[in-house]
Amino acid sequence: MNKVVSIEKAIENIHDGATIMISGFGGNGAPHTVIDALVKKNVRDITLICNDSGTLDFGAGRLFTNHQVKKVICSIIGPNPESVKQHSAGTLEVELYPQGSLAEMIRSGGYGLGGVITKSGLGTLVEEGKQKITIKGEEYLVEEALKADFALIYASVADTVGNCTYYGSAHAHAPSMAAAAEFTILEVGNLVEVGELEPQEIHTQQVLVDAIVLRGGK
Amino acid sequence: MEKELAARFIAKRIAGDLKPGYLVNLGVGLPTAVSDYVTEDMDVLMHGENGVIGLGKTAFDIIKKTEGKDKKLVVQDDLVINAGATKAGISKGASFFDSATSFGLIRGGHVDVTVLGTMEVDEEGNIANYMIPGKRVNGMGGAMDLCTGAKRVFVATYHTSGVSPKILKKCRLPLTAKYAVDTIYTEMGVFDVTDLGIRVREYNPEYTLDEIQAATEAKLIIDENVTTTPTHYFENL
Repeated sequence: MNKVVSIEKAIENIHDGATIMISGFGGNGAPHTVIDALVKKNVRDITLICNDSGTLDFGAGRLFTNHQVKKVICSIIGPNPESVKQHSAGTLEVELYPQGSLAEMIRSGGYGLGGVITKSGLGTLVEEGKQKITIKGEEYLVEEALKADFALIYASVADTVGNCTYYGSAHAHAPSMAAAAEFTILEVGNLVEVGELEPQEIHTQQVLVDAIVLRGGK
Repeated sequence: MEKELAARFIAKRIAGDLKPGYLVNLGVGLPTAVSDYVTEDMDVLMHGENGVIGLGKTAFDIIKKTEGKDKKLVVQDDLVINAGATKAGISKGASFFDSATSFGLIRGGHVDVTVLGTMEVDEEGNIANYMIPGKRVNGMGGAMDLCTGAKRVFVATYHTSGVSPKILKKCRLPLTAKYAVDTIYTEMGVFDVTDLGIRVREYNPEYTLDEIQAATEAKLIIDENVTTTPTHYFENL
């Protein structure tokens, strides 16, 4: 099924209060065109799940500048002064996780697991209020799986049904996010016909993608 | 030692402790400078937490590769960045993967050394480098996983904050990890965290051991094995 749609069509169901996962690392590998459209549509009270809060006016950072985020679940907010400011002012709720735990929490959400059993965060503020379990005499922390209403991801190359290939270091959390959301929008730099991608170079499978938009719109 | 020179000295000293075959993860800030002193013949591989093994220094090679495939793709999203989200290059044999795999490599003990900056470190090897309550919340990024999973945790830091010691009896800030640090590298020397406390392995002869103790809150163990840092680490910085 050809999933290529206009940007307006792709985001038409994204509503105020939605939980949204956005790919990227420091804004690199983020779906900038979709983010632009979300800013324009001015969707409010978003619960955002991402690696970091981006930088000022770049990547997911743009949504903070426009005061669209109610809560962010991520591993770093420092590089975006706007998110730090809103957090200090009490207008932005922040839930921080070790980046590796966050990665697996998203993956668990997409792949039918209840959560993550990890040592990361033990003995720190991260463990507060959370379940701990012992396996073979070793203590672990339980981190629950994350899911979202929407995932917005970017890939360099994709075919029209949604098989895609990430270039460079742009994978980050995108493959897991695609699986963890009810509706995944893939922004693509270079769209090709079905069959043009070799099966062995496909990183994320078509079944995980619901809509495809071209970088820059059109 | 002047601050920038100190940063370069610390970076070069750490590079000297990296062994052939090591997979090394460098944190943001001072640790990033270590890569300036890692040469190809050292046979050390760099891990980027965002999903790279074989991080290099310049973006040139990957730009060239991408241009060859499709000129439209020469945007940063299709390139390589390091943990500090700045452009980086890759070495031959490099590979890319997603965050789940990247942190699997970290937690699974496949990273030989991580080099982290810090605000505080103490004599039990506890480290605090991600937030100052009521003042500054940065976020832990990958540091908690790296402290938990890397085989060796090296700290690269100025010896003091300029105002107060950073090597403490007990960290006062919220911890990034407990009992994690193996070795602390500063402009004053190299300090190993042992079961008995912090032992001075070697020191920079620009300082006396008394001066170093005075700049350190933790009681330092100084035994007959202590040496001064070899002179070549002060050259070509």
